[in-house]
Amino acid sequence: MTTINQPVRPASGGGSDRAATSAGAARVPAILFPQAASVPAIPNAEPEFFRDLNLDQIVDAITKGRESYDLKPFFYAPLANLDQIAFRHEIMHDLENEALFAALKAFSDGMAAMRFALDREEEFNYQYQKERAQLGAAVYYCDAVANLRRDLDATGARSRGLLATRDFLAQYVETPGFKTLSQQAHAAKDALDAVRYCVLINDSNITVRNYDGEADYSAEVEDTFNIFKQGDVKDYRVSFNETVGINHVEAMILDFVAKLNPQPFAALDDFYAKHQGFSDRTVLEFDRGIQFYLAYAEYMASFRTAGLSFCFPQMSDSSKTVLSRSGFDLSLASKLIATNTAPICNDFELNGGERMLVISGPNQGGKTTFARAFGQLHYFGALGFPVQGAEAKLFLADRFFTHFDTEEDLKNLQGKLKDDLIRMHRIFDHATSKSLVIMNEIFASTSLEDATFLGRKVLTRFTELDTLSVCVTFIDELSRLNDKIVSMMASIVPDNPSQRTFRIIRRPADGLSYAIALAQKHHLTYENLKGRLTR
Amino acid sequence: MKTHLLYRGRDFDWDQALPPNHEALVQDLELETLFQAMGGSDEYLLEVARRVILLGVGDDLETIQYRQAVLKDCLQNAAIIRQIYELGVEAVERKRKQWFGVMGKSPMGILSGSVDLLGSLVDLLGKLRLIGREHARKFQAEGFVNLFKMVEAELPDAYFDKIKVYLRELRFPEGILVSAELGDGAESARHTLRRGEKAKAGFLQRVFKDAPQSFTFKINEKDDAAGKAISSLRDRGLNPVSNALAQSAEHIMSFFASLRGELGFYLGAAALQQKLTQYGVSTCFPVPAPAGSNKHTCTDLKDLSLILTVGKQVTGNDIQADGKTLFMITGANQGGKSTFLRATGIAQMMMQSGMFVTADAFSAAICSRVYTHFTREEDVTMKSGKFDEELRRMGLIIDAFVPNSLILFNESFSSTNEREGSEIAGQIVHALLETKVKIFFVTHLYEFAHTFYKENMDHALFLRAERQEDGKRTFKLKPGEPLETSFGADLYKEIFAGAA
Repeated sequence: MTTINQPVRPASGGGSDRAATSAGAARVPAILFPQAASVPAIPNAEPEFFRDLNLDQIVDAITKGRESYDLKPFFYAPLANLDQIAFRHEIMHDLENEALFAALKAFSDGMAAMRFALDREEEFNYQYQKERAQLGAAVYYCDAVANLRRDLDATGARSRGLLATRDFLAQYVETPGFKTLSQQAHAAKDALDAVRYCVLINDSNITVRNYDGEADYSAEVEDTFNIFKQGDVKDYRVSFNETVGINHVEAMILDFVAKLNPQPFAALDDFYAKHQGFSDRTVLEFDRGIQFYLAYAEYMASFRTAGLSFCFPQMSDSSKTVLSRSGFDLSLASKLIATNTAPICNDFELNGGERMLVISGPNQGGKTTFARAFGQLHYFGALGFPVQGAEAKLFLADRFFTHFDTEEDLKNLQGKLKDDLIRMHRIFDHATSKSLVIMNEIFASTSLEDATFLGRKVLTRFTELDTLSVCVTFIDELSRLNDKIVSMMASIVPDNPSQRTFRIIRRPADGLSYAIALAQKHHLTYENLKGRLTR
Repeated sequence: MKTHLLYRGRDFDWDQALPPNHEALVQDLELETLFQAMGGSDEYLLEVARRVILLGVGDDLETIQYRQAVLKDCLQNAAIIRQIYELGVEAVERKRKQWFGVMGKSPMGILSGSVDLLGSLVDLLGKLRLIGREHARKFQAEGFVNLFKMVEAELPDAYFDKIKVYLRELRFPEGILVSAELGDGAESARHTLRRGEKAKAGFLQRVFKDAPQSFTFKINEKDDAAGKAISSLRDRGLNPVSNALAQSAEHIMSFFASLRGELGFYLGAAALQQKLTQYGVSTCFPVPAPAGSNKHTCTDLKDLSLILTVGKQVTGNDIQADGKTLFMITGANQGGKSTFLRATGIAQMMMQSGMFVTADAFSAAICSRVYTHFTREEDVTMKSGKFDEELRRMGLIIDAFVPNSLILFNESFSSTNEREGSEIAGQIVHALLETKVKIFFVTHLYEFAHTFYKENMDHALFLRAERQEDGKRTFKLKPGEPLETSFGADLYKEIFAGAA
């Protein structure tokens, strides 16, 4: 459609931004933190460790379809204290109430419909079209607000965040401004909806008049030919592209319709003149902020329908005894679920003075996946969300560090080792006893002797610092350095060393390497067949 | 409107996938010669025969009897069947001409294409009705009786006339009247096609009394945007009507298409019958027995593919083997073992598709699948050795296995040494016999056959290709214990006779 002469929309007053995302200096929505005072700085750039832990993919998946809300920065800001975590846990608990979840979804849909209508208003060229789009936006807005107010009461929200929202809405919907808006919007829309007209097309002669009880010819024809419509038939209906913008002929018809129906169109003109910039800033912010929770809840649901669990982690900012039952790597699990494969779940536990997991075992055994899951658990725990697994007790870290083997680049091996060491040194500079460090195949680019020497130095340093950490390595000696280290191994099927279980279990490293054994390829022995034929 | 000539109360699904092992079946049983004989040079009939026969295995006993009755009527009234079949062919031809490119057109285009095609199809339905009125009494099969009844019941004269009126009206000589409401952008929405006549009838009255306000304008024919806007309005109004008409056309079309396909199968069978009569080969309608009844008897059962290949009568076999589930066939090379195996498989498939068989008598339990495991040429792709390839094919059969199947083995597992081949064949056959299955196994693996012979099972029958004292073959199979030699020496002698 043509977009000539796009008129400038009148400046919206009082901070009532049309879309939650367009705010240059948008405030952080109140629904995300307990008190305005404690709101941390929200970074705009992805943290360094995101890629190593596949958090970039995960956050992409979580925010998919919600790009316009610009939610990613909130995923870059782990929480600072246990009260903030409790605040978010309360809201996530509330979302488990299906009716409440549905109410919030309906509110979001209504607000999205409002924004869509306002965008259209900008695109339209004909006055009646603009006016009608703006009227539609107002109706969506009023209904979304009124329904949410009603539903938050009825569904028994209990979180501090949603209770505050409920109280705000209760007061807001009683203001004269909102009441007038809602009444006039509905009246104007109802009057227009009642208009029905006819167009008679006879070659190039077009006649427009109001509808006058002419019979439905489609129904008659369909009725007559119904006998021939049996079983599954193809749908021959053409789907029209739904551009609602009109051209000059349609505009002419619309003008005739307006002349045939003067009152409804007068009411429309009036509404447009009176109600520019009708939306409230707090409502818009809530709409954006609640997406953060809804997005994560929907993300969790995609795993739950595949039979995987999520739990509210017990978070601590002092105790480093951590555990996870039936955890899994979110990024791998969503890929597997897409192909109907069940991901393998794993457990870990650090007790007493234990601080570091050293993972060894066969290649392709799920070691890196396990290390990632460890990091993801702690990260989403620190965002105040439920985490993957049946049970979790996690430490609220002050910072996250990862050291993963980087892609081989054009530098020579010595350059790469040096680079590895520089990166490690940077971690030493910033890590505290409250940080979390994940290391994957460190120093893989040098000799075994060098790697063992360096690995011993690095691991000893972290255990002395008392940092919670995970280290994936092929050097099993590293798993026996000191008492703070727990050895875990990728396990195998006893009868068939070539098959990977992807289970990582707590046990001393044995340093064996496993050749792929030949399987009974066709499963055609008598015993095999008895099983196969009696399925 | 349904034809239901292949199934009582339902259509044949022409789009369903062929059984996973159909390629092996066609190759091993040489079914292509059968399809060729039924379809001749007509690609369509050939494909119909292929589908009905390959998909027939698995249907129930009543379906077989239902089709046998229809086929008997067809053989009696070949000329009338041909006439009806031609109606189907003509319908398909009309569709090709009048319907071409309807998809992707505007509702107006679809509507006018549909109105045209429906006009032709309604004529063809009229012809079918006439044939029915004239000849229905000559048909006894339930399938035909119902078909003729249905045509009379669903298309009474009054309805025919009404349809014709609508087909005229739907060309809209008075213009198209569409009602609309206002959408979310004040655009026209919820379009409905309206009957315009009433307005016309009251025209004078309206002008003089309370003539409703109206506005008329003329669009410039050179104004493309205007033309588009109006045709969009028109098309939105016509959409459901054009859909109803197109669906009607499609439905009647599918009736004729299914008439053509289903009758095509019987026409193919009739053509085959005619050919066999020329060769002096007699046929019979087989007696299907319930699945799992382990019935199996035949008199003078001949291999149809061999008949069609040599173009004359061939030797048949008699088997009385009710209650048997394992048929172990050993004996002389070139003694007719493979021929017998093929004859058994083809007869089973023809019976299950509702056809006659090349035997004096044939009765067998119906099975839910027919599998073949025949020895093959060396794998040309070199991906796997021959034995590996045999095992792979066996694995495919096991994967797809369903109870009450018939499995035909021909020299299977002989691409390894006798001891290993016998061991593996033995394990497979033992495991299979613990399910519901009927197995025919042609083999030279003496140890394998002999082991089963010693087991003395009630449900095993051992057949041997006959070799007379002078080394001549009769191509007859007789009950008998497996022998240690397959008389390859005879064959050697025969072939190298001159060279000695």
